[in-house]
Amino acid sequence: MAIYVILALDVLNGISSLFLLCLGLAIIFGMMKIINLAHGEFIMLGAYATVISANAGVNIWIAMLIIAPLFVGIVGLVIERCLIRFLYGRLVDSMLATWGLSLLIIGIITTIYGNTQQGVPTPLGGFSIGSYQSSYYTLFLALMAAVMMAIIYGVMRYTRFGLVARATMQNPAMAATLGVNPARVYMSTFALGAAVTGLAGGLLAPVSGITPVMGGAYVAKAFMTVVGGGAAILSGTLSAASLFGSVNQIGAYFTTPVYGEVIVFTTAIVLIRLLPQGISGRFFKGNL
Amino acid sequence: MTFSRRRFLQRSAIATSTLIAIPAVFRSGALAAENPITVGSLHDQSGPIGTSGTPMVYALQLAVDEINAAGGLLGRPLKVIHYDTQSNIQLYSQYAQQLAVKDKVDVVHGGITSASREAIRPTFDRFKVLYFYNTLYEGGVCDRNTFCTGTTPAQTVEKLVPSAMKKSGKKAYIIAADYNYGQITAKWMTKYCKDNGGEILSTDFFPLDVTNFGSTISKIQAAKPDLILSALVGGNHTAFYRQWTAAGMKSKIPIASTTFGLVNEPSTLDAAESDGVIGAYGYFEELTTPASKSFVEKIKKAHPDSPYISELASCTYEGVMLWAEGVKKAGSIDRMKVIEALESGLVFDGPSGKVSLDKPTHHTVRNAFLAEVKDRKWSVLETYTDAKPADTASVCDLVKNPTDTKQYIINL
Repeated sequence: MAIYVILALDVLNGISSLFLLCLGLAIIFGMMKIINLAHGEFIMLGAYATVISANAGVNIWIAMLIIAPLFVGIVGLVIERCLIRFLYGRLVDSMLATWGLSLLIIGIITTIYGNTQQGVPTPLGGFSIGSYQSSYYTLFLALMAAVMMAIIYGVMRYTRFGLVARATMQNPAMAATLGVNPARVYMSTFALGAAVTGLAGGLLAPVSGITPVMGGAYVAKAFMTVVGGGAAILSGTLSAASLFGSVNQIGAYFTTPVYGEVIVFTTAIVLIRLLPQGISGRFFKGNL
Repeated sequence: MTFSRRRFLQRSAIATSTLIAIPAVFRSGALAAENPITVGSLHDQSGPIGTSGTPMVYALQLAVDEINAAGGLLGRPLKVIHYDTQSNIQLYSQYAQQLAVKDKVDVVHGGITSASREAIRPTFDRFKVLYFYNTLYEGGVCDRNTFCTGTTPAQTVEKLVPSAMKKSGKKAYIIAADYNYGQITAKWMTKYCKDNGGEILSTDFFPLDVTNFGSTISKIQAAKPDLILSALVGGNHTAFYRQWTAAGMKSKIPIASTTFGLVNEPSTLDAAESDGVIGAYGYFEELTTPASKSFVEKIKKAHPDSPYISELASCTYEGVMLWAEGVKKAGSIDRMKVIEALESGLVFDGPSGKVSLDKPTHHTVRNAFLAEVKDRKWSVLETYTDAKPADTASVCDLVKNPTDTKQYIINL
């Protein structure tokens, strides 16, 4: 019996980490239509910001929850001003430019910190259910996923910024005639997406191996989830993350990790074939 | 101007000594000008494997510098021609061609992964360039032109598995990276576990980009093994040790690994995450023998920021030195003469102790060490002297088949 509780926790862990990893991409790609192939490197920057500040003596929670998103948010702002703002509406160009950007970021980090691994220990500890063990950090990740969902929902649904941002993404010309400055909205939305991604990197730093090339492991899954989720940032990402996260964890448990991956990618292909607009294109129309 | 006798004596003494010294200056100039013996080096100094390759280059340079300081070989200096292969197999092939055809080197030391070795070995066979592969690997290479100085599973896994089983129990669970190294090493682990009366509960392979080990950790708990045998590789897989500790499993089931520590894990993971992990290699930076201490000191002095100096670096150093002994013994740089000299049971005392070349396999008989991580450092528990490459010896006999150039997959 206890094993099923543990397995349920694993599934929860799979879903919440996938959700956190994809939320920033959902804002940048799902909402702004910028194919950000440097998404993995934003995660890596968040992880590095956390590790380096934590090893320099900053409290681990401050490093994860404040420094990582702040730093990556600022980096995102600079990148938007220097690169992305010239590429709105040019899907293929944005893909090429951000791919180059990802190589550049990997190169810079390797030059500064080398390609040796970095790391911080996982805070919190483990607990046992019956004869099985799990970690509190799993629960913390799930909590953070819920909190982030609430914050993004609150911002997008109830604040003036959220309303203006959504309006601008839907019809920038109309928003501009109503006195909004689309360039500024794009800039801050991109920075917000980068900050959310940085936070995900910070949260995952204590449970992953951190190297300059670590982003590569996340970027394909993040795109798969966001595309599978469809246009709605929250309901889409959450439903796709739930589907892929649980398929992955349960698949890996009952077969092998190799098949676990295969099953996830097969599910993604079938899903896109059946629902070309993503899950939210069919089931949560009009939701956030 | 008056000349005192004393001054005259002084000046003439200086003049004479200068005259005597001149030929010596010329002579050493001549040594440098004389056509040097060239040593090719193919190692990754950047990219994902760069951390492993960098200390190998340092060790190679150290060996060459020491040989040159002692007057070179056959009265000729050594010159290193190094290419950074950037963790890229294609660059290995290109640079191997270049070393053989354009630079016409006398020997090549290099290759880190088995894939890189298999990419360049045929090139050196074809162009008749002597080749040294100085990395621990899965065993089975049988090629008269190639010398493998690193350890093979019969030298390390054979010691690691039984001593780990003795400590914890007989039921083991194998987790390994899903490519040729992990697959083959898992087979060896299975063999040595069964040979010692143990049982493998399950063998799980992981693609290199797997980062979430949650379900695996649950699965391991459900299987209730006494011991984890790990051949996980790379940065993403390091996440396993973190998640394992976070789940509180660290103190419950011990881990023995054939890969842990090759990319600096003990110093990057927290003590709580790495303490107690057991590993076996042909060398550890922490060995306290005088030869090992001075080896580490010399590298750290020249390169204070050097990554961990593992078996890869010590085998590279020993490989270059063994080759130099071979050249000395042959009295020639001719490839066949050097190979014959190397086959005569050459011995070199290196940082890891006595290393001797085994004629039928072209592998080394060398010491193996068992160590446990304590407080972010390896603490050496056990030394096994003169471990033999028995795995390769079971399939390879270059005395009988000198024209063999295969890598055998050893059937278990």
